[in-house]
Amino acid sequence: MTVLVLLFARYREAAKAPSVEVEVPPGATLTDVWSELRARIPGLSREERPLFSCDRVYVREDRAIRGDEEIAVFPPVSGG
Amino acid sequence: MPGLYRIDDRPLDLQEAIRAVAGPDRGAIATFVGTTRDHHDGRAVRFLEYHAYPVMAESVLRDIGREVEARFGTPHVAILHRVGRLDVGEPSVVVAVAAAHRREALAACAHAIERVKESAPIWKKEHYADGAAWIEGSDTTPVDT
Repeated sequence: MTVLVLLFARYREAAKAPSVEVEVPPGATLTDVWSELRARIPGLSREERPLFSCDRVYVREDRAIRGDEEIAVFPPVSGG
Repeated sequence: MPGLYRIDDRPLDLQEAIRAVAGPDRGAIATFVGTTRDHHDGRAVRFLEYHAYPVMAESVLRDIGREVEARFGTPHVAILHRVGRLDVGEPSVVVAVAAAHRREALAACAHAIERVKESAPIWKKEHYADGAAWIEGSDTTPVDT
């Protein structure tokens, strides 16, 4: 399934785009989505500690997705 | 729900936050203003940028407000966070909490800013004389599910 992933901050800069589409099998988790993203975006290193959100709520990497959710991946936050 | 939660690309107004939480039954208003510093790790900062995932950030700010109400007994919370370019000295975040008494107001205000820093999907980028760097958080992950 084709999944649209919103990217923010340094990940958005690395992708040179606010979002990226990746292909993952049905039942894939965000771990799988992240693997696909890292393969596609050269600026992402092995030491990344991404955060994930699904429909604007934080979720863990092992969350299985349907593919129609609003999915975002971003670096550890630094607001405030 | 009472309270004011906003991600804003215009300069923040502390008085607006105070007006949003003040009321005749509240004897204490505690506030926090985060401002942009001119240095970080020995480097001179020329200006900052803040970027957000805006709709999620506002939702998280509202969640923090609900948490404050549950823990400190007051729903009168305002959290404003700036995005875009900020010059040194400009407020990046404003928190105001009103409660009947000062102990709860002060504790709630302190708690709220800690939670904003831990969990709001907002990122700071510092610009120096010789380049720029994204600031990224520590290992604390705000995952709740």
